Amino acid sequence: MKNVFEIIGALSSFAFRVIVNAFKAPWEFNEVWRQVGEMGVRSLPLVAASGLALGVVMTLHTRSTLVTFGAAAMIPRLQSLSFFVEIGPLVAALLVAGRVGAGIGAVIANMRATEQIDAIEALSIDSFKLLVVPRVIACVLVLPLLTTFMDFCGLLGGFLSEYAESHLSLALYMTRAFTGIVWSNFIPPTLKTAVFGFLIGTVASYFGYTINEGAEGVGRAATNSVVLSSLLVILADVILVKLIFLLFPESAI
Amino acid sequence: MSESQEIAITLDRVSKSFGDKDVLCEVSLSIRRGEAVCILGRSGMGKSVMLKLMIALMKPDGGRIRIGNDELTQLKGEELSRVRRSMGFLFQSAALFDSYTLHDNLALPLRRLTSKSKQEIEEIIDRVLSQVGLQADKQKMPVELSGGMRKRAGLARALVLEPDVLLVDEPSSGLDRITASEIDDLLLEQKTQRHTTMVVVTHDIHGAKRVGDRLLVLDRGRIAGLGCAEELETSDNEIVRKLVAEQ
Repeated sequence: MKNVFEIIGALSSFAFRVIVNAFKAPWEFNEVWRQVGEMGVRSLPLVAASGLALGVVMTLHTRSTLVTFGAAAMIPRLQSLSFFVEIGPLVAALLVAGRVGAGIGAVIANMRATEQIDAIEALSIDSFKLLVVPRVIACVLVLPLLTTFMDFCGLLGGFLSEYAESHLSLALYMTRAFTGIVWSNFIPPTLKTAVFGFLIGTVASYFGYTINEGAEGVGRAATNSVVLSSLLVILADVILVKLIFLLFPESAI
Repeated sequence: MSESQEIAITLDRVSKSFGDKDVLCEVSLSIRRGEAVCILGRSGMGKSVMLKLMIALMKPDGGRIRIGNDELTQLKGEELSRVRRSMGFLFQSAALFDSYTLHDNLALPLRRLTSKSKQEIEEIIDRVLSQVGLQADKQKMPVELSGGMRKRAGLARALVLEPDVLLVDEPSSGLDRITASEIDDLLLEQKTQRHTTMVVVTHDIHGAKRVGDRLLVLDRGRIAGLGCAEELETSDNEIVRKLVAEQ
């Protein structure tokens, strides 16, 4: 059983190899595009449903309190700020860690177990460049897009909930939602999910690529991918939020 | 042609162990160009390991392996790729890429490793698939193919770069006698028409006698017998006689 430090060391070296290979030809554009489609399009229903549900629930929870203080007009802004700054990026990343991370870990581990990776190497093709690098790049590209989608689904959910309660028009809801919102509330938190994508893609690919224990290994790779990538996403979020406050003080709420 | 140029594969005192189990113990072997050697032996005796060592999917613990004039154990990166490009490998499970169609399984090495045009690639794929009788199935996914079809598809992928050396791991495992014989026919065709050097790991003595110029029997990590079928049938070693005798 590898100890924690061995895993950290191996994972860091794996991540470094991903970065180096990402900038080295030949580039697997077709494979990246295929993975973007696989991860992005297939994650959309989950992200949309979660965003809508969270949007509705957030409004239900905050409404009663804000109405008590006569601040019902703040509901849309609170909704947009919380989704743009934290809920959208973090929840989208955790959903992707669960759906895509488990998928990457299981698929690559299955390829290892069924000798498909050996077959790629036997054809003198670099399996790392073909299987790992495009998946990590796709995660980096897809996560900011899914986060943006989740943000707007959350706003839509909030609007539906608010409309059911107060018949507020969509135009007024959106005007209130974006009043006082600056680009630094949206751009840096959305872009930080590219780091989450890198972590998810790298961790999942690491377990898939290195575990070679047949069918049991496939399950273990999927589980380990989800657990460790979710944990790293949360830890990275703490650091990145602090960094964003440092670089963009105006984004601090 | 000198003797060294005629040798396609050389194993010189090659050893490999997993944990405390010695799978191969100082095995030495030379295979001539165009020759077919079939490796027989009981399960777990290192036959597949020997094949994987020959294409550097595993590294030996000791000894040297040469493919032509290249010392395989010393090669890395682009040099190793160059040697591997002259070799084909049919895996026991066929190991087709399950997210690609049969067509794309064959197209991948052609697109990546050659500068052929799209039309040339399509022509090669059609030709190789028609050789193995799968031209009509090229848009199928591997999961849609039967065991025999997967084996033939794996062979087609191994042949698509026209290798000088073909390594075949249990071509007849899990197949009925007729389908196994069809695979043997395809291997024989490669040997007679393209003079491909072949190393075939098999449990099927009937197929081994048809395809192999020489048979090699591995037992407990060592070569227990090496020669033509008639020689091995009269071997002093009981395991060799039993393995070579027709079932």
